[in-house]
Amino acid sequence: MSLLAASNVSHYFGGLCAVANFNLALQAGELMGIIGPNGAGKTTIFNLITGVYRATEGSIEFNRTELVGKTPHQITALRIARTFQNIRLFKDLSVLDNVRIAHYSQVAYNPLEALFHVGRYQREERRIIAHSRELLAMLKLDHLVGETAGNLPYGLQRRLEIARALAIGPELLLLDEPAAGMNPNEIDRLMEFIRWIRQEFKLTILLIEHQMKLVMGICERLLVLDFGATLAEGTPPEIQNNPKVLEAYLGEEPVG
Amino acid sequence: MTYWFQQILNALQLSSIYGLIALGYTMVYGILTMINFAHGDVFMVGAFFCFIAAVMLGLPFLPTLLLTILGTALLGTTIERVAYKPLRQAPRVSAIITALGVGIFLENFTLALAPYPQHIPPLLDNITWTLGGVTLSSLQLIIIVLSLGLMFLLDYIVYRTPVGMAMRAISWDKTFVPLMGVPVDSIISITFAIGAGLAGAAGAMYGLAYPVIDPYMGIMVGWKAFIAAVVGGIGNIRGAMIGSFILGTVEIMVVAFFPSTYRDFVAFTLLLLLIVIRPYGILGQPRTQKV
Amino acid sequence: MIAPLHDGRAWLTAQRWLLPVLLLLGLGLSFAIPQYNFPNKYIQLIIMYVGINIILTVSLNLVNGYMGEFSLAHAGFMAIGAYTAALLTMRVLPVADYPWLFPLAVLAGGLMAALFSFLVAIPSFKIRGDYLAIITLAFLMIVKSVIENIDYLGGPRGMPGIRKLTTLPWTFFWTVLSVWAVRNFVYSNYGRGVLSIREDEIASDLMSVNTHRVKFLAFALSAFFAGVAGALFAHVLQFISPRVFDIIKTTDILIMVYLGGIASIAGSMLGATVFTVLLEVLRPSNTAALLSWLPDFIFDPLNEYFIQHLGIWRMVIMPLLLVLLMLFRPRGIMGLREFGWFVPRLDREAGVGAVLPEKDHEPARSQ
Repeated sequence: MSLLAASNVSHYFGGLCAVANFNLALQAGELMGIIGPNGAGKTTIFNLITGVYRATEGSIEFNRTELVGKTPHQITALRIARTFQNIRLFKDLSVLDNVRIAHYSQVAYNPLEALFHVGRYQREERRIIAHSRELLAMLKLDHLVGETAGNLPYGLQRRLEIARALAIGPELLLLDEPAAGMNPNEIDRLMEFIRWIRQEFKLTILLIEHQMKLVMGICERLLVLDFGATLAEGTPPEIQNNPKVLEAYLGEEPVG
Repeated sequence: MTYWFQQILNALQLSSIYGLIALGYTMVYGILTMINFAHGDVFMVGAFFCFIAAVMLGLPFLPTLLLTILGTALLGTTIERVAYKPLRQAPRVSAIITALGVGIFLENFTLALAPYPQHIPPLLDNITWTLGGVTLSSLQLIIIVLSLGLMFLLDYIVYRTPVGMAMRAISWDKTFVPLMGVPVDSIISITFAIGAGLAGAAGAMYGLAYPVIDPYMGIMVGWKAFIAAVVGGIGNIRGAMIGSFILGTVEIMVVAFFPSTYRDFVAFTLLLLLIVIRPYGILGQPRTQKV
Repeated sequence: MIAPLHDGRAWLTAQRWLLPVLLLLGLGLSFAIPQYNFPNKYIQLIIMYVGINIILTVSLNLVNGYMGEFSLAHAGFMAIGAYTAALLTMRVLPVADYPWLFPLAVLAGGLMAALFSFLVAIPSFKIRGDYLAIITLAFLMIVKSVIENIDYLGGPRGMPGIRKLTTLPWTFFWTVLSVWAVRNFVYSNYGRGVLSIREDEIASDLMSVNTHRVKFLAFALSAFFAGVAGALFAHVLQFISPRVFDIIKTTDILIMVYLGGIASIAGSMLGATVFTVLLEVLRPSNTAALLSWLPDFIFDPLNEYFIQHLGIWRMVIMPLLLVLLMLFRPRGIMGLREFGWFVPRLDREAGVGAVLPEKDHEPARSQ
């Protein structure tokens, strides 16, 4: 039984078909990549999974729960977390608050307790602060708890975004172009980092990426998307040698 | 039937005035994404300029109108230079609050100088024509024709002249347009001058049509014109005109068929429904956020 | 978002006994001042207005500052609270015999306002920025219009003859309650939700924040205290009419919020106090009294050419001051900052008490 199963998902913007008849079966523990040229519909697929858009047709199941029709926060609370292509931190808030906010659905006190700071408030706040700090320490951001997120350098912002996503306690992590704007050295470290969080947090990871080095280096399975339709699916070597892919996406230049 | 036609005429008159004011809101919003809350009060000052020119200087209609337009245009650019320009890099809301402050300043400054409501005398011989029971006064005709004329002139300026092109360019992009040699500051000043001038014209005509003027008259009329601009799709010039005609017509029709105290209720409820159904106004484009 | 102003305040922040002592002192004073009629009825009235304005400002700041919307509806919620409470004290509750029933009327006013807040909250799910501002404006106008058309409420003539039930202790109580509750709310899971909505609503939703629920709560809490303030206001003024709660009232509250600074409770308290007190100080008789220590040769010409004309000109001076403040301090007195001792201990200890954003806060745009 797959953890995430998308069957026959299609999505239209107005009359424009962004995703056509998309199928995906992601096994628990897998690390899979989605590649494809710009505008192929990769981010749209993330948006469909996380409920930002509602799929026009088809179904997406996570742990046998139907996701289509649910709101983003409901889907996130099922433990699907994501990052964004263009970093979307809460820029004016502190590093700690960024991570604390992602605990929203796990906080067990009601508005009245919040209003008077009674009941479970103290205990829950302590727990969430502790958990946030622990996460930040694991990701080596603990010296920055009080810093304003928007003031961090780019690389740390990327890492904080992943920390924030991990705060959700995800089973499935969706990474949208995690290597964007990185040089080859940084990509090496990022690959190491992704492998590590996958192990440490027992994650299933689906990632979108343009950097072939990263995709070919860490993904166990790849899906190639072109004009909203699946062009090919398979292991990195299979994809590299797939003539259709070479023609449509990778061009004449062979990738290795 | 004649009653209907009469009401439509009245609606046209009110709508024209809303339209002239709404244009100023929408132009400034289009170019600076700022709600110029002082704009309704510029309209009020226009009415008082008209009073000064007509009563204190004893000028006839056309010079009065021109003087009013010039005076308010000058006022508009001055406000922009003194109060808004220094805040262009500040949080957007600071400029909005400043505008609110400028508006209150204009109201109370006028009140301090003119503590009692003033009366503008008729500047034109009032000729009325009656056709099949429908009465049209020369004043009404002038208001409607002049307003429409000014609106089309503005439409021409914005869509057919280099200045208008620069305005539209700035409203699209504030980072790169200045790099292309567009004199942003001057264009913004011109925008404020035109907007305020139109509001001044509206003030003068309002003063002639509903002759009692007071320092607080700009608040309600200003807000309503703003609403008209939003209904049409704020930032969109033709939208502002359409919105004004919708609002003016609704108001007049409500008063024609219900007790007049229902006017605001119906007008605002309609507005609420319209925004809920079409959040970006009639001609506005929803700009979707990319995730 | 919070910064102790400088290190000297750190000591003050650490003095945790200070707050309860100050509160007790305030409570004691609020009983003692009217008891001994000190210094006079007029000053007592001003103190009550300060309290009511603090309630209004702090509660509006929740929506306009912390959530980053631009609501113009506050005077509308105030009207709902005022009319509800006035109806109760005039026609339902036997307050003549049992004056302690008054807080029930105030509570009911607040609850009624909170009940109506869904009319603004629900549109806010889909509509943001300037368009939501229009919705709130429409709400305000509709409330006013509806009251004008209900004869039972006195229509446009209003309701005279409301008992003067708002006392200094009650004002003190409700002011402290509102400040405390809003502050607690802001420093909670829901409050962080409110902040995250201001920063990036879509990201907030994707980080599991139930944005609809958070908005519901924020609008309801904000409206509740607006209603409470309205109820208190009605029982000071002893007369209410739809005109009391028009757009000008909303404008006043907005000015107090942005004068004090957005997303700062301390700022709101300062803003409300400065605005209210300044408006009173600038009355000719007050200014004259305040400056009477000046030697005659300075005072007399000052009095003749300046002070005596303040009656009208103070209303010109106030907006000018506001514009000047905005030009030189665009974020208000304390925008996005907080006194250290306002921050709950847990947050302070967690080290988030020392952040000052360097980037200007940009409220949500409609596009």
